[in-house]
Amino acid sequence: MEKIIAVLFMFAVSALLALIFFTLNRLLGPRKESVVKSVPFETGRAPITLPTHRMSIKFYMIAILFVLFDVEMIFFYPWAVVFRKLGILGLIEMGIFILVLFLGLVYAWKKGALEWE
Amino acid sequence: MNTAIGTIDWIPVAPFIALSVLGFLIMIIGLFFPRIYRETLGTITLVGLAVTFFLILQNWGEPRYAFANTIVGDKFSTVFNGLFVVGAALTILLSLNSQENRYLLYADYFTVIVFATAGMVLMSAGTHLLTIFLGLETLSIALYVLAGFRRENAFSLESAFKYFLLGAFASGFLLYGIALIYGATGSADIQEVTRWIQQNSLTGSLMLPIGFLLLFVGLGFKLAIFPFHMWAPDVYQGAPTPISAFMATGSKAAAFAALLRVALSTQSYTAIAWEQVLWVIAVATMTIGNIIALRQDNIKRMLAYSSIAHAGYILIGFIANNELGHSGMLFYLLSYTFMNIGAFGVISYLSTAEHEFVTLGDVRGLAYRRPFAAIAMAVFMFSLAGIPPTAGFISKFYIFSAAVKAGYVWLVILGVINSMISLYYYLGVVVQMFMSAVEEKAPATATQQPAVALALVVSMFAVLGLGIFPSRWLAVFMEMARSFI
Amino acid sequence: MQEILFFVLAAVAVLSALGMLLNKNPVYSVLLLIVTLFSIAGLYVLLNASFIAAVHLIVYAGAIMVLFLFVIMLLDIRADVEHINLKRLSRILALLATFIFLGETFLIIWMSLKGKAAFVGLGEGILGDVPSVGELLFTKYLLPFEIASVLLLVAIVGAIILAKRKLRPEPPAA
Repeated sequence: MEKIIAVLFMFAVSALLALIFFTLNRLLGPRKESVVKSVPFETGRAPITLPTHRMSIKFYMIAILFVLFDVEMIFFYPWAVVFRKLGILGLIEMGIFILVLFLGLVYAWKKGALEWE
Repeated sequence: MNTAIGTIDWIPVAPFIALSVLGFLIMIIGLFFPRIYRETLGTITLVGLAVTFFLILQNWGEPRYAFANTIVGDKFSTVFNGLFVVGAALTILLSLNSQENRYLLYADYFTVIVFATAGMVLMSAGTHLLTIFLGLETLSIALYVLAGFRRENAFSLESAFKYFLLGAFASGFLLYGIALIYGATGSADIQEVTRWIQQNSLTGSLMLPIGFLLLFVGLGFKLAIFPFHMWAPDVYQGAPTPISAFMATGSKAAAFAALLRVALSTQSYTAIAWEQVLWVIAVATMTIGNIIALRQDNIKRMLAYSSIAHAGYILIGFIANNELGHSGMLFYLLSYTFMNIGAFGVISYLSTAEHEFVTLGDVRGLAYRRPFAAIAMAVFMFSLAGIPPTAGFISKFYIFSAAVKAGYVWLVILGVINSMISLYYYLGVVVQMFMSAVEEKAPATATQQPAVALALVVSMFAVLGLGIFPSRWLAVFMEMARSFI
Repeated sequence: MQEILFFVLAAVAVLSALGMLLNKNPVYSVLLLIVTLFSIAGLYVLLNASFIAAVHLIVYAGAIMVLFLFVIMLLDIRADVEHINLKRLSRILALLATFIFLGETFLIIWMSLKGKAAFVGLGEGILGDVPSVGELLFTKYLLPFEIASVLLLVAIVGAIILAKRKLRPEPPAA
């Protein structure tokens, strides 16, 4: 419980700090608004189009693979914590798991899913 | 609790492992030898399925639990897994047709079918709700992909998308139900849940009946029973024909396996509680399926509605809740696998890359153009309608007599009336094939499809064999049903 | 202390969820949903289920929300999007679902007020912290764990087959 409170305390302090900086900025900084200033910053050039055009489905492919491997990664977390206790058996168990998902990576690679076509 | 490698009983998990390894193998072959012949890949898959079948048979006998009671090898799982593998093998044979030739990435296609079968195997052998859920998810994800395999076809994509949305919803229900059962009893192990029910009662915790209800809803989607049947026609119509057959038989049987496993292990405490509700659902499922099927012009759609109706008939065996009822369900599922894969198979047998042979107009006068296909289709239609001496008749006979024995006379009367309604549309196909002339501009039919022909011959033999010599198989299923008591 | 934390987190969760629903800009909705997910993760921590909390943050607040943003951008939903007109049946179903969930919530509250637990709970000695989950996952639930790898593999293969534009090998021309 103490650990949790410590973590929450850290969250609270960081949130508070951010809040303080924002308010200080608001209160102390001079504010002169103009049209040019409110234009989105795009490497210093004037924006050509509105940033609301549709994005390519290619991004989706990457995103879904990211989610899947992210879920895979979740299983490493408890494994790493109890790794010592499990011993060699734990290594074999995780080895099988990784091997199966490595096949998935090979599949994605060979099918060109990781390439930007 | 720590399991050492040497003490693990591998036999109960052997079918799952074999299917997974087979899936990996085909995947790797497809990745590194992309120009391999489709027939070679199909043969490898069939050999792998045969090996799996052999491993499944090793499980026949006393229950053998493994992996801390998460999976079991018993008579129940042997019978169902055998059914799944036979269904998968027939699906592979059907897929070696000239229509799928055009768009398929064969290796991927076979891989996903094999993984789907691996999911089914878990659904019948799982004795832990978690295993059953993971099996169902593996099966479902594989089927979403298979339904959308005709990537350039809008109907196929629609089919995949619809199936995906509703399937994800159903999985949510199932998972929520499992969570409630776990919350109420403190375990998701079916044996532990049963023990809890025996000590307390089904209503010992209010969450428990709700949990079972949600579990039933989740599986009901897969079974396509009323009121969760709406997706079936669109999905079956759009999916590649062999996959429609696979979904209508294998995935339905897998959902029934999970349902029966839960009901039988909990000694039917859970089934009895909703007797009346199930009664209404069974009648509504049969009637809606049959009546809408009457109006269909597209045979795949008609078979989809008829598969809804058949789920209703099978549910009667579940309601009867006696040995004959349970073994009758198995017999029905086995017969249905052959007759339904056969019926879809005839469509695959005739369809060419340019034209899918699916409307009633397409089969007009088929008996004069392709007598073998017409006769095969007639056999399957007779069996689906339940006309002796086919397997369909015997299955209905067993199910209905089980229900009469259990005192559900009205249910049986409604079932028989429904069978009579179904005669109309099944025989309608036969009439079109044998008693009308060929249309002048009828599109060409496919030729040279030995694999599909083989599947049709096997299915025909099975349908007639089960219909004429049913007692041996029934004895096996009876033994399975008895093994639970 | 725990009560205060609970009420703060619960209030943040409910308010940000409301904000997500009422906000017209879908991107803001996603950001507010992340706030909701964070506070729910906090609730999990209070329940001693720190593994679930971690999963919640990494998978849901992290990966799934990225996916949400991608979908919003893929569909190019404008901030001033018209309100979706629900059909009458959908409205009825939505109401029904709402009442079912409300009913469930009240049932649980009512039962615990009466001193009768709606749920058995995890029991003594079983905790949701990471070491306990790890130990169970790699001993008792080893099989489901390995099945999960196959399930993820099927999902990877399936996603590529369905969403990849040009698959190798190229299918033969018709």
